[in-house]
This record gives sequence, C-alpha cells and structure tokens, in this order.
Amino acid sequence: MRALQVDRSLARFVTARVSSRPAAVRLTETPSPTPPGPDWVTIRPLLSGICGSDLATVYGRASRWFEPYVSFPFVPGHEIVAETAGGERVVVEPVLHCRIRGVDPLCSACADGRTNRCENLAAGHLAAGLQTGYCNQTGGGWSASLVAHRQQLHPVPSGWSDEAAVMVEPVACSVHAAMSAPPGAGPVAAVIGAGTIGLATIAAIRTFREDVTTVIAVAKHPEQRRLARQLGADFVANPDELRRAVRRATGSWILDNGQLTGGADVVFDCVGTSESLSESTAVAAPGATVVLAGMPGQVGVDLTALWQRELRLAGAYAYGPERNAGDRHSFDLSMQLIAEHDLGRLVSARYPLDRHSDALEHASHAGARGATKVVFDLRQEKRR
Amino acid sequence: MTRPGFVLEVDRSTPPILTWHGEGFRLENLPAGRSRVIYPPEPLESLRDPDAAIREALASPLGDSKPLRELLFPGMRLTIAFDDISLPLPPMRRPDNRQRVIEAVLDIAAAAGVDDVALICALALHRRMTESELRHAIGDRVYDSFAPIGRLLQHDAEDPEGLIHIGVTERGEDVEINRRAAESDLIVYVNINLVAMDGGHKSVATGLASYRSLRHHHNVKTMRHSKSFMDPEHSALHSSNWRMGRLLAASGVKIFQIETTLNNDAFPSQTAFLQKREWEWSARDRASYVASTRALSLLTPRAARSLFQSIKAPHAMTSVYAGEVEAVHAETTRMVHRQQLVEVQGQTDVAIFGLPHICPYNVNSIMNPILVMCMGLGYLFNLYRGRPIVREGGVAILSHPTPWAFHPVHHPSYIDFFEEVLSETTDPVVIEKNYEQRFATDEWYRHLYRTSHAYHGVHPFYMWYWGAHALEHLGRVIVVGGNRKAVRRLGFSPASTIADALEMASDVVGDEPTISHFHCPPIMIADVK
Repeated sequence: MRALQVDRSLARFVTARVSSRPAAVRLTETPSPTPPGPDWVTIRPLLSGICGSDLATVYGRASRWFEPYVSFPFVPGHEIVAETAGGERVVVEPVLHCRIRGVDPLCSACADGRTNRCENLAAGHLAAGLQTGYCNQTGGGWSASLVAHRQQLHPVPSGWSDEAAVMVEPVACSVHAAMSAPPGAGPVAAVIGAGTIGLATIAAIRTFREDVTTVIAVAKHPEQRRLARQLGADFVANPDELRRAVRRATGSWILDNGQLTGGADVVFDCVGTSESLSESTAVAAPGATVVLAGMPGQVGVDLTALWQRELRLAGAYAYGPERNAGDRHSFDLSMQLIAEHDLGRLVSARYPLDRHSDALEHASHAGARGATKVVFDLRQEKRR
Repeated sequence: MTRPGFVLEVDRSTPPILTWHGEGFRLENLPAGRSRVIYPPEPLESLRDPDAAIREALASPLGDSKPLRELLFPGMRLTIAFDDISLPLPPMRRPDNRQRVIEAVLDIAAAAGVDDVALICALALHRRMTESELRHAIGDRVYDSFAPIGRLLQHDAEDPEGLIHIGVTERGEDVEINRRAAESDLIVYVNINLVAMDGGHKSVATGLASYRSLRHHHNVKTMRHSKSFMDPEHSALHSSNWRMGRLLAASGVKIFQIETTLNNDAFPSQTAFLQKREWEWSARDRASYVASTRALSLLTPRAARSLFQSIKAPHAMTSVYAGEVEAVHAETTRMVHRQQLVEVQGQTDVAIFGLPHICPYNVNSIMNPILVMCMGLGYLFNLYRGRPIVREGGVAILSHPTPWAFHPVHHPSYIDFFEEVLSETTDPVVIEKNYEQRFATDEWYRHLYRTSHAYHGVHPFYMWYWGAHALEHLGRVIVVGGNRKAVRRLGFSPASTIADALEMASDVVGDEPTISHFHCPPIMIADVK
C-alpha cells in the first residue's frame, strides 16, 4: 500500500528543520500492517487530518520527550475517519493505552479510566507508541490501511459527513481542554490561538462551561477572527490587543510596564509557544488556571507571575471521561459539539497523498491562508 | 488691508494646490474646469495694545454687567476659570491671551482686596495639563503665585465632592458643574475663541461640567442636529448649552465672561507659504516649500511630530469683550466670522480636506486614527454655515498618514475604542447604545483621567459623535496616504493619491464630479449659499 512514512533518520530530521520543508516524511510503498491480536481489525482511512503535533514531527521540530513513545518507521496520522471491512464508518480514538497493549494489571490511570495518562505507552505486546500514528505496528492515518483495536473505534453517527467525523478526535482534545479548568474558576476565559484546537475550545467553553460568561479569543487572521466570533467568542483580539481586552472584560488596570492588576480566570493556550505561554501567564488573574491545550516544545517563559500569582499551569492532553461532565467521554461530548456547531465545516482543504508536500505546507500556514483543518483524502486511495 | 476669503475656480493655468498631510504637505493638481479652492481670509489686523484693550473691556462691560471692579469686594470668593490646551491651534507664542487677561483680572482683584481667589483650568473631560503647558498658557508669574499654594486647580469631572448639581433644564438636562466655581461669589471665565463654537454659555456649562451633564449634548442626536455645530443658529449643541447657561444664571451662579479672538496668523514667517495662495508664492516661498518637504522626508514620524509640536503660532489678539455672557458672545462671534467667513456658492460632489498635524485633542500628542476622523469629519467638514461644502451623498477625501499609533498616556481609552468598538461597528448610534456607558464608568480610565494626563474614558466616543453628522451626510469617505489597515478600521476607503481617490469617488458621485478643496488651515468657515 502507499503511505507517508517517517524513518529514524537524523539526516532527514535535520534537513526538515533547517530547510523548513516537511522532509522528515516520504511517500512510500509499504506492506499493510498486520493485526497484532484477535481484537484488532484492519481499517481503511477515508480522511485523516494533519495536526500541529504531526507538523512538528515532519518539520523536525518535535520535542525529544516523545522519543521513547514512538517506534520507527511509523506512518503518521491520528485524526482518522475510516471504514471497516464490513463497511462501517468509524473514528479512531488513537491513544495506545494499557488495555490496547494487553498490559495487566492496568496502570492506576487506566484503571481510573484516564487512559490519556497511561504509564505504559512503551510496554505490552505492542511496539512503543503513544498513539496510533506513532507506532510502527499499527500504521497511521496517512496511508491506505492501518490496524486498530476494537476498543479504539467509535461508530460515526448516521448522516454525518466524513468531514464532520474526522473532526471528532481534535475536537475531543479541545473538549478535554475546556473541561480541564476547575469548575467555578470564574467568569472570564481567554483562548489564545484560533486554529482547530483554539476554535473548538471556544465552542466547547460556550457549550459545556456555563460558569464562563465571557470568552476573549486571540486570532491573527481574518477567517480565524470570523470563526472565533461565530463559535461564541465575545471579543476577538489581535495578539497585541489581548491584555487590553482582558482588562476591559475584568475591570482591572494596566500598570506602567503593561502588566495587568487582575486578569482572566482561566486561560487556554492553544498555541504552545514561548510567546503564547508568556502571554497566557501575563493575562491570568491571581489564582487562575492556565491550560496548555496546544502542544508546546521547549519554551522560555518568565515564571515569576506563575509563582507570585499562584497560577496553576495545567496540561490538557487527549481525552477521557470528563469529571466535570458527569464522566461523559470527551469523544461523546465532541460528537455533540460537532453536531451543534457544524464543525465539519472547519475542514478547509483535502489533498491526496501524492500532494503531501502541498498539504503539509498548506497546513503549516493554514491560518494565514484562510484555512483551519487540512486533511488527506484517502477515499480514492483505497480503490487502488 | 486684509483681503477677504476667496474661491478660486481651477483652470489649466492654476498651479498645484498645497494640501496638508499630517506632519507634512503636498502639492496636488486638481482637475480643471470642475474644481475650486476655498481660501481663508488673510489675518485681520491685531489690537495695537492688547493689555489696554483688556483693561478697557473689564471697565466697560457689555450687557447688563457692572464693570469687573464693582463686582469685586473684600471677603468674596472669586474663581477664575480658563480654557485649556485644546486651543488655540497651533499654541500661540507667549504671552498667551489667557495670561494677559488673567493678569489683568488679578490686578483688579488685588486692588479690590479679594483674597480668596482660585484658578481653574476648565478641562471638561479633557486631559489634565502639564506644568509647562500651564505655564505657557497663564504665564510663570501667575503659575508661581497660585500653583504652590494649591490655588491653581484643574477641573475634575469625576470628583463627587467637587461637583454640585444645580438643577435640570426645561428639556430635562442635568446641570452639574464644579462646586468651587458654582459656590463662588463670581466666576470670571477667560476664553480664547478660536472658532464660532467656542465661548458663550458653553464655557461654563461644558468646561466646568461633569459627564452626567455633558452627556445631554455630547451625543449622537445632538450632533446630528447641529448643522453645523460651528453655526450657533443651527446647532443643537449650542442650544443645549444655552439652556444650561440660562439655568445657571437663574440659579444665582454669577459669571463675568471675558472672550478674546485671534487672527488666523497660524504659522511662523519661515513657513509663510502655508497660508499664501499658491500663485502668489515668491521664489523664497517655493524654496521654503522644497526645503521643508525634503527635510521632512528625512525625519522619522516621531521627529517630524516633535518638530511640528514645537511650532508656536504668531496669532495676535483681534478683540476682547467682557461682561454678560450672551452680550459678549454676540460680539465675539461677529469678530470670529469677520476673520473666518468665506462666501461660497453652492455645493460640490466631492470635498478634499488636507488634515494638518494638529487638532484640539492632540496638542503635544499623537493624531491617532480616531482624531483623524474627528478632525476631518468633525471639525473641517463642519466648518460651514448654511450647508456643507459637499452635497448630500457626496464624497469627502481626507489626506493624512493616519498612523496606527496612539499616545498611551493621553489616549488610553482611544486605544480600546479603536481595538474593540470599531472592530465591531462604526455606526455612532450603535456605539453610543452598546459601549458608551461601560467606557464612561471604567474605573481605570477614571483613575487615569483624574491622576494622570489622560482624556476621560468616554472622550473617543465624543470624537466619533463629532463626525456623526458627516457620516450621515456623506456617501463615502476616502483617506489618501493613510495606514490602510487603520483607515479600513475607521470604515473608510484607503487611496494612494488624490487622483486614485477621485477615481474611487466616481463610483459614488459619477464621472467628472465637481470638487471643493478646503484650503485649511488657517481656519475658516465656508458660508455656503
């Protein structure tokens, strides 16, 4: 089958990083992965999204933190709507946790249902891999075929488009981020970043967080601004306007050096850069929570505010049963959100595997080019 | 002999016309056969001895007022209020009219044995003046006598203890003014009447008022019914202030009004070409123009701003009247009109306004985009009597760099207005309804207005309302040479050149439109027949 593949090649990663081209990935012919156990099935991707963590990988910018949690060569792609051999459409919940790996006993997190916090991502009968799309035994979405454990599969509701279905995984991440802030945190939330995660976080806050009454979004580009407003942001600021927007919403003051006396009660950093994290801590009120929804790498941040204001910095990775929503799973909440807000429309462009360079380039400049989610379209691929 | 204003019909022999462009100017060719240039009258002759004229005015007041000396007595409480830095424009060379008049008043007060004297700068909702600005306006002697003992005050429209509610007019307008002034035995108000809108009852009813009081006439409805606010006969703003002023008088607040007028000698002799008619430029004028524009092109915007801010106008006093408010103001208005009225026949499809570096609210500051709107559509558009120089549905072309820049100390709420309000809507009615109250009562703005040098939180709204009549009247507004993003945020169309702007205007007013070029500054009023 044809697949985009990432090899353990230092030269490729260095080239990608230096040239700012997606050189760490290549289109290749590779055998279809074999189901590693009886509960595994072969599925054929229909659409598979390109996410920020994928871009970090193929452009050679990913953190070395993930090294123990991947197995080379691997086929990226963890935002997947696929078809089973029986013709059923499914979306994949990609985390490769204890149950998927056949680890017994389960780690304490998996025993508690919080599979996103699994301690055994490199253990069990399966090769290392934190998710489908990083494990060389499972394959990934950027191919004609991959294998998945039955527990990973969620049926696509009837009547849904493939575009809506491919949004389930990334939107579930946003749902989890929105639910990560403690309940009753306060009425003002700031969402920094208006890519897929940022936009879906805005929608999730609006839908599931009744305790938040004001949402301030930061968006750079016109289409992002339009969508942010449409999905429920009360005010959309340019990056350099955020502090003043938060000041207005919270009635705080700005000191001579630009610091706020107060701030937002919860801040969602959906970008994950030094700048966005610095700005997140700068606009957070004393005692506020800063949720890292975007995947950061190595960042440089002055943490004085975190210390002096007793801020809480919380990571929000993947999904699971949401304690603040009666233990409903993030995927269920995601499907509700997609249906209510028609989030399938966030899929802006579809590319065949042949045009993977164009696709990745488009995805890495999505905001500036008026796009949100760029996906690989494998619907023709499966007929080859 | 002073020559009156003049309207030049542009023909093929007409030289390029000087057009202001912020901290600079350009020469623009206008289409022959359908363009006209409106020039202001030349500067009136000044009073030969202004100090003697002031003394004479104080001794021979107008209306039913007694001479100032007879109104003063030992043990009385006297408050001298004076206009703030928003005028004249550009700031005048020393001695300022305010200094001359205040010194004369203080001499008489001292002779009368009045001890309880306070000076109040009538800021309304404007920013507090700095020490150097106050010294420039009232002189070092007055400043050093009053400031150290806490007798030189700046009106605080947000000080609940410092305000007093006088009453409500027959139209339901609250009249709330400075308590010290209202409870004085006499208010002496010292004006510089730069334009016809200034002075009269507006001096106290606006200059010493609170937001609660000002909101009754600084609003969209009033501004849309002031056609124009430079024409007292047809200004709802004027009428409201007059009702308030009469209520003050009826409530026992005694005001002795002193109004001074200036000629329109706005620029130093080195830049005399700025107020000459182009075909009369001498070789020296042409050389000055070339040298100035080349030098300015080498400066950073900040350096150019500093250079222009250093200009002190050779304005000279042309009249001084004192006494009862309305009687004084009638004479003053006559003098303002004598200096500024230009008879203009009919309207045109397009009006071109070159905006200079300064307006009332950016003295020693930055002309931010909101002030560009206010200067173009608020002030220059409204400098008419009868009808606007541009027809209804016509196009206004403004020339200004319109930088996306704000003075963070002077204009903090302007930044938020620009970022938040204008990104949502430019409709004055919606803006007033949805946003004004929040900005007006924002504690941070209030703090900065009271303790720093910031305009009141609501002030950018007033700037926008100032242009409400023009926004309703015009079919399109085009800004030449402005920051395109900032211009679009204002709701206007950006253009690179006057020629581009005229091309764009043709979409609205058709091909071959008639054009008025308003050659201002110096300030004038187009008396459109």
